[in-house]
Amino acid sequence: MKYTEEHEWLRVEGDLVVVGITEHATEQLGDIVFVELPEEGTEVAKDDEVVVIESVKAASDILAPLDGEIVEVNDVLSDNPALVNEDPLNDGWFFKMKIEDLSALDDYMDEAEYKDHIG
Amino acid sequence: MKRTGLYDLHVELGAKMVPFAGYEMPVQYPLGVMKEHLWTREHAGLFDVSHMGQVILRPKSGDVADAARALETLVPVDVLGLAHGRQRYAFFTNEQGGILDDLMIVKLNDDHALFLVVNAACKDADIAHLRAHLSDTCEIEVLTDRALIALQGPKAELALARIYPRVADMRFMDHAWFDGDQVWVSRSGYSGEDGFEISVPAAGADAFVRQLLAMEEVEPIGLGARDSLRLEAGLCLYGSDLDETTTPVAADLKWAIQKSRRTGDRAGGFPGADIILNEFENGAATKRVGLRPEGRAPMRAHTPLFDAAEGGNQIGEVTSGAFGPSIQAPMSMGYIPSELAAEGTTVWGEVRGKRLPAKVTALPFRPSNYKR
Repeated sequence: MKYTEEHEWLRVEGDLVVVGITEHATEQLGDIVFVELPEEGTEVAKDDEVVVIESVKAASDILAPLDGEIVEVNDVLSDNPALVNEDPLNDGWFFKMKIEDLSALDDYMDEAEYKDHIG
Repeated sequence: MKRTGLYDLHVELGAKMVPFAGYEMPVQYPLGVMKEHLWTREHAGLFDVSHMGQVILRPKSGDVADAARALETLVPVDVLGLAHGRQRYAFFTNEQGGILDDLMIVKLNDDHALFLVVNAACKDADIAHLRAHLSDTCEIEVLTDRALIALQGPKAELALARIYPRVADMRFMDHAWFDGDQVWVSRSGYSGEDGFEISVPAAGADAFVRQLLAMEEVEPIGLGARDSLRLEAGLCLYGSDLDETTTPVAADLKWAIQKSRRTGDRAGGFPGADIILNEFENGAATKRVGLRPEGRAPMRAHTPLFDAAEGGNQIGEVTSGAFGPSIQAPMSMGYIPSELAAEGTTVWGEVRGKRLPAKVTALPFRPSNYKR
């Protein structure tokens, strides 16, 4: 598992990367009440805003961690956004993307580095 | 940054503290905003609102009617007709008919004085306003040595009656004294639920709050849930839904201007009376309405509102907006032209560059549970 400075986690599944947000992020955001997911098949560039989440406090954007194509989104979140709070690392995933070169993930933090990052 | 007398208790309870109106206040406790909101609707929530201003208006003549008459020169509300031991909602107006602050007025039982509770962010200006206009007739005493606690929810009576059994006899907007004249209780609040607002001497506030929190029905609730509770109840937040440019009629607060201030010998006589009374008869150009956005996306404060899905004109702005934990849907309030304010009218709010439909809806979003 890899982590971004924006508190996203990236997990490799075969040739796909699954993206979600960390427990630390959900604690900061508070209860999530709305998730807007991208269309499957969308080509995205690194740092594009691909997901909008609204918590009881505010709206925030989830950025594409890498260049690639969104191949699957977690539709369940549209009706049950609280799943992100309940199970951020598993059932609360946002989307799966196909990327050219998985080695691009190496630039991101591993778990120990992320734990340091959030102090 | 100022702190209320309960600051240490908030920190001990694990609250997340944020700046609010010059105070460090708890925005949420470990339960979180959503659960705190739902807890208050089901059980009883305890709120520290000690940052609000508590002011005594004592007539120099000794006759409380003189204080009431004096205060009526600043508010379009019937103060003279308020019974002893009763509370009433009011607002200070300006010469343009706008609202300087909203407040509660109590005619204290067995005392020749009025008790006012004003918003934290406005209290210095309000006190200056009172001193500037009422010093000839009244002593204006700011109570800095009292905490203010709100206990809200269907179990609030059960909880508070364990300490003061007589609160069970109070009805909505009654005000009474307990422990001699030490503890002041009104049956009122800002959540749409039955409940109480309790003014206690600062010295005993921490122990009093701990006594309530020890009861299984009572959880501490932060400002986050206070905001979603009041919005579901359709109640205005000064600075967001009300300000110096919104008139009482535009704000849909006609109900708070009693007949005795509109007709007869006490009609008018408050700042902006001509404008406000004219609007009362003929309507205001804009109106505060409830909005129910389609879907789940909240339309938050400052979302621009349009009269068409594409093109068209901007017709107004959202002044408060959030997701309602009890109604499980987004909810907003905002100002739009009165001719578009009929229930069921669709307007469009622009959220992240997209226009999303929202229907004008009756307020409150959720029926209130006051003990009338």
